[in-house]
Amino acid sequence: MAGDKKKIKLIADHISFEYDKSGANRHKALDDVSFVVNEGEFVGLIGHTGSGKSTLMQQLNALLKPDKGTIYYDGLDIYEKGYDRKELRRRVGLVFQYPEHQLFEDTVFNEVCFGPKNFGMDKKQSELSAYAAIKKVGLPDECFYHSPFDLSGGQKRRVAIASVLAVKPEILIMDEPTAGLDPKGREELMEMILSLKESEGLSIVLVSHSMEDVAKLADRIVVMDKGHIVYDDEPKKVFAHYKELEEMGLAAPEMMYVMQELKAAGFNVRTDVTDIEEAKEEILRIVT
Amino acid sequence: MLRDITLGQYYQTESKLHELDPRTKLVGTFVYLISLFVFTNAYVYIFAASFLLLCVLISHIPPTYMIKGMKPIIFLLVFTMVLNMLVTPGEVILTLWKLTITKEGVKQALYMGARLTLLVMGSNMMTLTTTPTRLTNGLERLMAPLKLIKVPVHEIAMMMSIALRFIPILMDETDRIMKAQLARGADFESGNLIKKAKSLVPVLVPLFISAFRRANDLAMAMEARCYHGGKGRTQMKPLKYRPRDFVAYLILILYLAGIILIGRYL
Amino acid sequence: MGIVDINKVTYEYIRRDEEGNVEGITTAVNGVTLSVKAGEFIAILGHNGSGKSTLAKHINALLVPEEGTVFVDGMDTKDDEKTLSIRQTAGMVFQNPDNQIIGQVVEEDVGFGPENMGVPTKEIWERVEESLRTVGMYEYRKKSPNKLSGGQKQRVSIASVIAMHPKCIVLDEPTAMLDPKGRREVIRAARALNDVENITIILITHYMEEAIYADRIFVMEEGSVVMQGSPESIFSQVERLKSYRLDVPEVTELAWELKKAGVPIKFPILTRKELTEELIRLGRR
Repeated sequence: MAGDKKKIKLIADHISFEYDKSGANRHKALDDVSFVVNEGEFVGLIGHTGSGKSTLMQQLNALLKPDKGTIYYDGLDIYEKGYDRKELRRRVGLVFQYPEHQLFEDTVFNEVCFGPKNFGMDKKQSELSAYAAIKKVGLPDECFYHSPFDLSGGQKRRVAIASVLAVKPEILIMDEPTAGLDPKGREELMEMILSLKESEGLSIVLVSHSMEDVAKLADRIVVMDKGHIVYDDEPKKVFAHYKELEEMGLAAPEMMYVMQELKAAGFNVRTDVTDIEEAKEEILRIVT
Repeated sequence: MLRDITLGQYYQTESKLHELDPRTKLVGTFVYLISLFVFTNAYVYIFAASFLLLCVLISHIPPTYMIKGMKPIIFLLVFTMVLNMLVTPGEVILTLWKLTITKEGVKQALYMGARLTLLVMGSNMMTLTTTPTRLTNGLERLMAPLKLIKVPVHEIAMMMSIALRFIPILMDETDRIMKAQLARGADFESGNLIKKAKSLVPVLVPLFISAFRRANDLAMAMEARCYHGGKGRTQMKPLKYRPRDFVAYLILILYLAGIILIGRYL
Repeated sequence: MGIVDINKVTYEYIRRDEEGNVEGITTAVNGVTLSVKAGEFIAILGHNGSGKSTLAKHINALLVPEEGTVFVDGMDTKDDEKTLSIRQTAGMVFQNPDNQIIGQVVEEDVGFGPENMGVPTKEIWERVEESLRTVGMYEYRKKSPNKLSGGQKQRVSIASVIAMHPKCIVLDEPTAMLDPKGRREVIRAARALNDVENITIILITHYMEEAIYADRIFVMEEGSVVMQGSPESIFSQVERLKSYRLDVPEVTELAWELKKAGVPIKFPILTRKELTEELIRLGRR
């Protein structure tokens, strides 16, 4: 943060949002939340169900309008008169949870073309862009003309992600892309997401419940609880608050607990360890 | 948006009206609706409206909530009123281009408006104070005699109750799918009617698929829990009239008498 | 004879095209034989599409085997007259929390099973209360299911099954759609049922951490059972599990890496407690 000159893409400036303002289910989902997304950055957004992270996500591409505060994109207030919010939705791509439930076209290819066409690309551009997106998510060529409904769960999800990638977003927000997949499926999808980050220079906001995934991939972690942002820092610094995280119904990566317990038993080990590789190195130091 | 529709939703709070037997409320609502159609008379509507207001007060449902429940029918309401205003023949009070508004028309429009408003609010009153399960239970019991002529009363009641259980879920789902398609650049607002209708395809297809999947899952879950129709089934909450229901029936009779008196003699 | 006896069961799905012609046949379950003893906690692991859910539906007579037999507490699932007793004996909890709650209010949902069984009204209430208390959802009994979290909904679904007084409960990926907190709640409830009430639990999952407490684990791949044994014996075969698109718990993986690096560590290790104890024994302070 301090010192480096990253270009800021998006700023959420003191936004608040309430659901069902006059009804029986009134509740405040966001309370004076501010945060930024920098160019090319990978942000992990964590918080338990109901902490406001889905609401925040929808604020970022103007699907929900904040009651108070505003969003700036590339320095412009998106709620200024005359701002093209449809174009904003192209630039800030949003992949919802279980995105395979939004599929409707007869073929994978048409499905992925849907977005580009909507955003005004001509036929040829749309098709080229769709082709590139399908390749990027790692779907085999033979499924281009298959019905998306005949694919496996993991593949359907890739189609849905491709359909957002095809509009060439500058920020890609994904809500729990690995939910419901089996271990290998989860691993493969996370690898794909990492490759997107590396190849595209695209900013990614990943909403996840898996601390291991977030710790592995994110440059920065934002923790939400009860409509507030509680932490916004590098992964290791955030996980150092593991006790507070637990109180919010979250946890630190498993490896961190192992190191904490070793430290408590009197070993001189680092405790800011988040993955197996690091843990192994630390432990090898004390057992050999 | 879609969440605002209160029609058919239960409002959880405690009140004398909530406690009544659903059969009482069903009969009451039925009588109330009929009472709105028997006489066309301003005093009758004032009386009926006061009765409804009394029910709202007893029910502990915020009046603003009741008014919000009218939102979905506002278009229908205005449309009916304007139509009545324009087509009723009589003493002309205003002519605009080819349209004429008559005194009788205005009167008719006001009556229609009052009738529709009370009709919707009256039936809302019932669904707001009765859980759908109790409502369907009540219907099942009231319609029980129809079993004799082979009407599948239990099945109808079960279907209704499931439909009601899934309405909020499907509403949320619609909302979610619409947002997902918006995020992919879909446009539900601009263009002519045909274009608008076409733009709904990306919402309807996933919605239907999801509804079928849910129906399938639910059928399986019901079967797994030994559901096999109404035969040999007992009830957790069997309906039983209590003293308060007799009081309610008494009030209902008084109301009906009031309507008839006012309708006849005022 | 066990509470569930599955003997050489095969089940095929026939895929049809739009005109109804047979396009192909998918063998979802292929000659599976397995037996579960009363009071056991069983975990069935397998990646998506390995046939584990199809197998689960056989235990509840939602599906009937095309070849082979399934006996539940001595009752043949092919016997139509036994269907209701089988479903009462072996209850089932499904994956999607929204699609299996029938009642509008929590307590009504829990009462649904007993109502179908013809239990007298007074007893239904007793069963509802007792079941909701067992899963810790009693204080939510008057709530609408739509207002609950995923984990709470699944606990209600478990209570709804307990109210039918089953001997065995099949949980078909009950945690797949939940967050970590919800997952913990559900697994805790399932383990408590097994420990306290001595109900047989068959847990189908692809979260490895959930399987470590099982008495026995079965691993399915392409419709067949390819591995079976104690959690220790299953999770010691790290590479083999990975070849079935599965995984091992994080701590097991760490122990495996350490072992490969030449550390004389006990293997397998399934819990964090075991791991730290072992490292404390091995380490130099």
